[in-house]
Amino acid sequence: MTGDLVGEILESVNLHRTFNKDTPHLIINANQVLSSHQVEGLIMEPEELPDGVRAKLRVKKGVKIGSPVHLCFGLLPERGVQHIIMDIEIEDEAEVSFMAHCTFPNAVDVEHRMEAQIKVGRQAKYSYFERHWHSDEGMVKVVPVAWIELEEGAHFSTEFELLKGRVGLIDLDYRTTCQARSSAEMKARIFGRQDDRIQIREAAHLIGEGSRAVLTTHVAVKNQARAEINNEIIAEAPYARGHVDCKEIIQDNGQARAVPVVEVRNPKAHVTHEAAIGSVDSKQLQTLMSRGLSEEEAVDLIVEGLLS
Amino acid sequence: MAILEVRDVSLQVNSILILNGLSMEFWAGYVQAVVGPNGAGKSTLASLIMGLPDYRQHTGDILFEGQSIKNLNVDQRARLGITLAWQEPARFEGLKVSQFILAAAKNKDKKEVDRVLDMVGLEPARYRSRDVDKTLSGGERKRIELASILAMKPRLVMLDEPDSGVDIEAIDRIFEAINRLKKDGTTVLLITHSPKVLEKADHAFLICHGTLVDKGVTSNIMEYFSGKCLPCPHQNVPEINSGAAAGGKT
Repeated sequence: MTGDLVGEILESVNLHRTFNKDTPHLIINANQVLSSHQVEGLIMEPEELPDGVRAKLRVKKGVKIGSPVHLCFGLLPERGVQHIIMDIEIEDEAEVSFMAHCTFPNAVDVEHRMEAQIKVGRQAKYSYFERHWHSDEGMVKVVPVAWIELEEGAHFSTEFELLKGRVGLIDLDYRTTCQARSSAEMKARIFGRQDDRIQIREAAHLIGEGSRAVLTTHVAVKNQARAEINNEIIAEAPYARGHVDCKEIIQDNGQARAVPVVEVRNPKAHVTHEAAIGSVDSKQLQTLMSRGLSEEEAVDLIVEGLLS
Repeated sequence: MAILEVRDVSLQVNSILILNGLSMEFWAGYVQAVVGPNGAGKSTLASLIMGLPDYRQHTGDILFEGQSIKNLNVDQRARLGITLAWQEPARFEGLKVSQFILAAAKNKDKKEVDRVLDMVGLEPARYRSRDVDKTLSGGERKRIELASILAMKPRLVMLDEPDSGVDIEAIDRIFEAINRLKKDGTTVLLITHSPKVLEKADHAFLICHGTLVDKGVTSNIMEYFSGKCLPCPHQNVPEINSGAAAGGKT
């Protein structure tokens, strides 16, 4: 039974042929831990809750996990709530990368809430790639919230991708605090269709000397989809550097709003931002059409590039 | 035989006359040039032939292989085999060189990407996975655009100022690509104010102020263009509602 569910979840994220059970992983369906595997230096302590799973993940000091840790969070039934609570600690000088798949292939009325506390120790490295797999019906509500603390010299990067299937509603809120010489890179790429709603808030607080942050959000909305992006960098230490990059393509009756907030509280800090919202660039469109692509094909390729 | 005929074409933009009664015939399989000083209307003519949206409200007609293409959109003209290489090629964030080339290519085999990159002097291993964005120089983007056109195998290609923004080595590769296009039977239309580019053409049309001044073998046009047009202090400032734009040899 459990094995069947693992197979079903892996198939829904197209990993059923390549997945190796010996790689470090944690696979969850609804509030049930289906499979997990630890490796030396990686400690995972999942605990089942009535409506989800609480998991503690720790990478011991100085340990470098060689292969990505696979996390699969699924909710296979048509309806339900999944509440994931993550407490992640990457100890000093440790390194780990996560490959996370959130899958709701049959969703009719599904809510996925994620709360994560992430602490990345001195000189430690943490990267997290999260891909969402939704149904084409758009009845998923995704609410990921993360508080991230970076200690001196830590490196943190995260990528959130939702390109296939309908978004439904996404309300993402990630906040990072950066100590000296630490760096944070946060990227989100989302394609909204029909009446999807996208709300993103990414924030980095550069409190340590020489800390850095780059917040990148690329969104495309078509039909009646709406997006609102609120990215914020506050720099209050000398030599802190930050950049906010927000690009949104709108088609049909889509609507997008970008609110980049940059605040500098130290004369030796520097933060920049760029935001562009609009239809597809006409020169790009005409170039591709002059090679024989239809307008629709050209727009699809330009959007694919933006979200790649 | 004329592959493309521009028949008595005039174009006003915001009440400003840009092209004034132009008539030209471009012959299949040759390299031909439209030459003239800055502001003469050369790029406007290329945009109009390509059917770009801002250049559709012209009088007169454009015929491709004897059929009017006046009412066709850009992509419809491209599917007939007409294409344009911009003076300043577009940048595409996130789009790989290989994707860009294959989007245009007749042969969708990935080997085609390497073949055409080689032809424009760009090492495939270094370029196929790069983005067609600001990380490439203007000259590199120009060569990648030319590579996409080589992969498209068009019937007629207009190259707008093919030498602008490229270094000497790159210009030689662009000229080699022009020779290759001609060898493959593509009609090449060079839009230029550069004598170095003009000399690659078999025939040339000289325009000034949106009007045809002269046409003929390149050596004759070159002599006039270099001797009279380049030193000429006249500025091409389009006339508002002017029917009396400068024209004729002076």
